Amino acid sequence: MSEIFDPLRWKPAPLLPRRDPRDGSLVFVVAVLCFLACLTAIGALAADRATRGWTSQLTGSATVVVRANGAESPDAAAGRAAETLAGVKGVSEARALEKARAEALLEPWLGREALLDDLPIPRLVAVDLDPKAPATAATLDRALKAAGLDATVDDHSLWIADIERAAGIARWAGLGVFLLIASAAAAVIGFATRAAMAAHRETIEVLHLSGAQAKFVVSLFQTRFAKVAAAAGLFGAGGAAIIGAAARLAGGGQGLTPVLPVAWIDLLAVAPTPLLAALVAALAARMAARGLIGEMA
Amino acid sequence: MSRNPDAAFAGETFAGPILRFDGVGMRYGRAAEVLKDVSFDLAPGSFHFLTGASGAGKSSLLKLIYLAERPSRGTIELFGRDVEAVHPADRPFLRRRIGVVFQEFKLLDHLSAFDNVALPLRIAGGKPDTYRNDVAELLAWVGLKDRMHALPPTLSGGEKQRVAIARAVVNRPDVLLADEPTGNVDDAHALRILKLFVELNRLGTTVLIASHDEDLVARSGQPVLHLDKGRLRTFGRGVGERAE
Repeated sequence: MSEIFDPLRWKPAPLLPRRDPRDGSLVFVVAVLCFLACLTAIGALAADRATRGWTSQLTGSATVVVRANGAESPDAAAGRAAETLAGVKGVSEARALEKARAEALLEPWLGREALLDDLPIPRLVAVDLDPKAPATAATLDRALKAAGLDATVDDHSLWIADIERAAGIARWAGLGVFLLIASAAAAVIGFATRAAMAAHRETIEVLHLSGAQAKFVVSLFQTRFAKVAAAAGLFGAGGAAIIGAAARLAGGGQGLTPVLPVAWIDLLAVAPTPLLAALVAALAARMAARGLIGEMA
Repeated sequence: MSRNPDAAFAGETFAGPILRFDGVGMRYGRAAEVLKDVSFDLAPGSFHFLTGASGAGKSSLLKLIYLAERPSRGTIELFGRDVEAVHPADRPFLRRRIGVVFQEFKLLDHLSAFDNVALPLRIAGGKPDTYRNDVAELLAWVGLKDRMHALPPTLSGGEKQRVAIARAVVNRPDVLLADEPTGNVDDAHALRILKLFVELNRLGTTVLIASHDEDLVARSGQPVLHLDKGRLRTFGRGVGERAE
């Protein structure tokens, strides 16, 4: 066997093993926690996008109910109302909904067989407001009255406050859950790293008693555990990104459900994960190594 | 500001003993003292055996010298310095001047015998080209020429011990401490190891060997420090005798 080993060709081996079976549980824990944290981040971003969508849809539009007045037919009144509103400053577009559309809206309450022709069904005008300087409900109302129309403007203000409150709660809940999982992940990564470090106590002792400076030993371990955590973080983040991408591909811009619309850019949120996992593990390894050396000193 | 490495200690000269214990006591935690009022000096280049029954405090005394433990009282001077006054960042440089053969070897299992022996030189910042031949020669000298590449778990107890000895002496330390260095080897190897220590001693290394091998101690003819229940009872021939 001696012919295999040539001292002249010898190169120093890494002071810490490249692979250690004891790292398996650390890699698993870090990968799973990073996966969950990333998935939560993507979910929180999607929830944020969804809630912003709800409020912008409501604040960017108004609905006008137009009733026939005198000899004018409901359809004619609706057409005139749309024409009037289209000319109001702060309105992007106004369109009268066809009778069939209005009847379809009533169908759930009146049924398919109702004699709708005999009922004085009001017509609806959908108004898209200029997002930069939207017209107020009072402005629209004044314009309609000036045109002699019997109409009621609904700018959704009754609902907007509730929707915005709900959206805010959903947004903060998403952020809170993400922060909770991310901090739990950081804590567990730190704990797992310290536990793994304990297994290296003898190595630290040998290096320490052989005259290694504390910073040398600390640097060895923090680099090693940072690499392990970064690799595990990459696995976890990659897994979450694949799930996010699958949701995006499966449901288009709406993701798997309109409630959580995933955008491609959301997947970038997982990018810092390996670095953050590495930082946490490095910090934990640094503290653990310093603690162990302190005990030995 | 970075601290001046080995130069802070390696090049310095000092008068007097290389090691001085003065009224040293030591305890682990709140337990009773394992060393009590231990006082002695070791002159540079001296060779001593440290004897005593199991539990007498031999390993604890060695730990104090290689700075793995601290005294609970008294003063220890190493290379003319009060070790308690040495800045923590400078203590590694003191340790590099002390070679230690641990009773339980303390080899790194993932490193080959060659890498284990080269470890102190590597930690001291040496370049492989400057020491690879020395390491190879030393391993051959301790009879491990064919086992240089072997990992410790594949070595026998005696082979591990010889690797540990080679590691302790590879950087020609000023002080060599050995805790039962012949405990796992046969008589022939024990004598060979003793000869190595004597040779190092001739080159100027101060040697202190903890051993319960009475034959070996007797055959060596070297002076003895004898510990009895934590007290230094005997301090042998010809060295500044300060103990009882």
